[in-house]
Amino acid sequence: MEKILEVENLRVSFHTYAGEVQSVRGVSFHLNKGETLAVVGESGCGKTVTSKSLMRLIPEPPGEIKEGSKILFNGKNVLDMSEKELRELRGADISMIFQDPMTSLNPTMKVGKQIAESLIIHRGMNKSEALKESVKMLELVGIPNPAKRARQYPHEFSGGMRQRAMIAIALACNPKILIADEPTTALDVTIQAQIMDLIAELQEKLGTAVILVTHDLGVVADVAHRIQVMYAGTVIERGTTDEIFYDPQHPYTWALLQSVPRLGTGNKAELYSLGGTPPDLIKPPVGCPFAARCEYCMDICKEAVPEVTKITDTHSVSCWLKHPYAPKIELPEALRVGGIE
Amino acid sequence: MAENKKNDILIEVRDLKKHFKVGPNAILKAVDGVSFDIRKGETLGLVGESGCGKTTCGRTVMGLYQATDGDVIFDGINVHKLNKKEKKAFARRAQIILQDPYASLNPRMTVGDIIGEGIDIHNLYKGQERTNRIYELLDLVGLNKEHASRFPHEFSGGQRQRIGIARALAIEPDFIVCDEPISALDVSIQAQVVNLLIKLQREFGLTYLFIAHDLSMVKHISDRVGVMYLGNMVELASSDELYNNPNHPYTKALMSAIPIPDPKSKKNKSRIKLEGEVPSPINPKPGCRFASRCRYAKPICNEKTPELKEIEKDHFVACHLF
Repeated sequence: MEKILEVENLRVSFHTYAGEVQSVRGVSFHLNKGETLAVVGESGCGKTVTSKSLMRLIPEPPGEIKEGSKILFNGKNVLDMSEKELRELRGADISMIFQDPMTSLNPTMKVGKQIAESLIIHRGMNKSEALKESVKMLELVGIPNPAKRARQYPHEFSGGMRQRAMIAIALACNPKILIADEPTTALDVTIQAQIMDLIAELQEKLGTAVILVTHDLGVVADVAHRIQVMYAGTVIERGTTDEIFYDPQHPYTWALLQSVPRLGTGNKAELYSLGGTPPDLIKPPVGCPFAARCEYCMDICKEAVPEVTKITDTHSVSCWLKHPYAPKIELPEALRVGGIE
Repeated sequence: MAENKKNDILIEVRDLKKHFKVGPNAILKAVDGVSFDIRKGETLGLVGESGCGKTTCGRTVMGLYQATDGDVIFDGINVHKLNKKEKKAFARRAQIILQDPYASLNPRMTVGDIIGEGIDIHNLYKGQERTNRIYELLDLVGLNKEHASRFPHEFSGGQRQRIGIARALAIEPDFIVCDEPISALDVSIQAQVVNLLIKLQREFGLTYLFIAHDLSMVKHISDRVGVMYLGNMVELASSDELYNNPNHPYTKALMSAIPIPDPKSKKNKSRIKLEGEVPSPINPKPGCRFASRCRYAKPICNEKTPELKEIEKDHFVACHLF
């Protein structure tokens, strides 16, 4: 498969009064053409910072992308691009759908004009062509009566429609990569289903690769090809969707998978819950970042960061339990195949 | 849970309506004729999409909003026909846990004072006893007594929600409205809070009205679940029955839209697609509110609002198909 994006050793910090917060600490991954990669993890684990860095949307300062980080889009390092090159990249090659559709549209601009904006800049259209195209985009994302809607302001749209409008803006220039940062968290389930179907449909039609940032494992199971699990600014496990759901290796992935109630489990049974909190990233721990909350923690875990162990070509994990000398730990019962409803 | 099987009813809601005037000729019918009972010690879940009136319903049941019409009978007393003194007595028995743990705690009060406010208002404990009670409550929700002198901004979302729960428990209520207590929290923290709510219910025999839009969590915590759509209750049944055998076309669509965290079960599961979005609750059309999105809609659906009928024992549906 053709790689469209390669990230190598990405490190991002924020300088605050309390000290330097190391939000992303050495993340490497790639994205294939046309695939959906899901990034999951708790709030503050660095998933949004990672995806924003891909477009250089991190405010610098206080943010800082550290020396030695590489983000190669079609072989070209995004971090070496000039402001002008970045403007061409953003919206045209890589675009983003933000979490909150209520606040990420410009309230003082008509929706049609907001879509047209990127068409004028990136595709060199004149105003009337761009407005016509924006009506077409609104139709594509399933907004009824698009010609009238294009002349309305965001406050006249409902939440689901605003998210559709955001998608229309993001897809207006046929980007190669679409970053969807929690695109459905603010929406209801039936609307969420509509939006996820829409993204999948457009992805197929336009061949866009999607990076889906989310904490909803249900959505991930449904649409992702590959999953990477992040914790405290690092990727702790990655694999295909089936590998992560049916053969998870990292205790944190186990915890994540167990903490969602399944529709088959008994009512009011105690849900698995992970104690403790993620580490403070101003002073990240020397060893495995998950050690403090891990029930299988060994002495070595507190002293050194575990190496990446390959399970298959697509599946890898960073955990000391994979070391040949480590005790063999069985997958928790609830997660064994068959244990899942 | 044997104690939950008791059939004595704690709260009776009869044809409750809450309308808001939003313009010269516009009336927003947030809750429009909802009836249900809550039994002692049970959890009634209330689900529905945003704007369907579930929060308004919860608040009206609590007496935080004056009902436009209909009655809420709490243990024999009519919540909306109380004088000031009776209201205060009622407030001691019914409490609410709010959705946003960042906005619902006063940032200028210490956690101890936030929890102690209800104790002071109702003159329950004084001096050292009050302090001990606050420590006890903090311990109960999994925080410790050092936290009493801190301020809300020093806590994480999950911890704040625990403070909100401690505040609600401070005056030993019988009934708690949980208004989306977990939707602002991370998945792993959600499980902690839900476990805590279930534990407290067992310990104190609390009755919950649990409002949420996360359907799998609602099923997990509730004994019975009511589904709301645009101010109406469309279906009400025990949670297993509702999830395994939904009858109303809207409930069916809602259930099939729940994303299941299992890639394989997902792929062979067909999803019922709902077209369009929830219509506006301002001056709603007569007839069934769901008719405009329902694929089984018949002419009568646009004329007459269907009533909630018992189609099987303890399974109620409001639909002309039944």
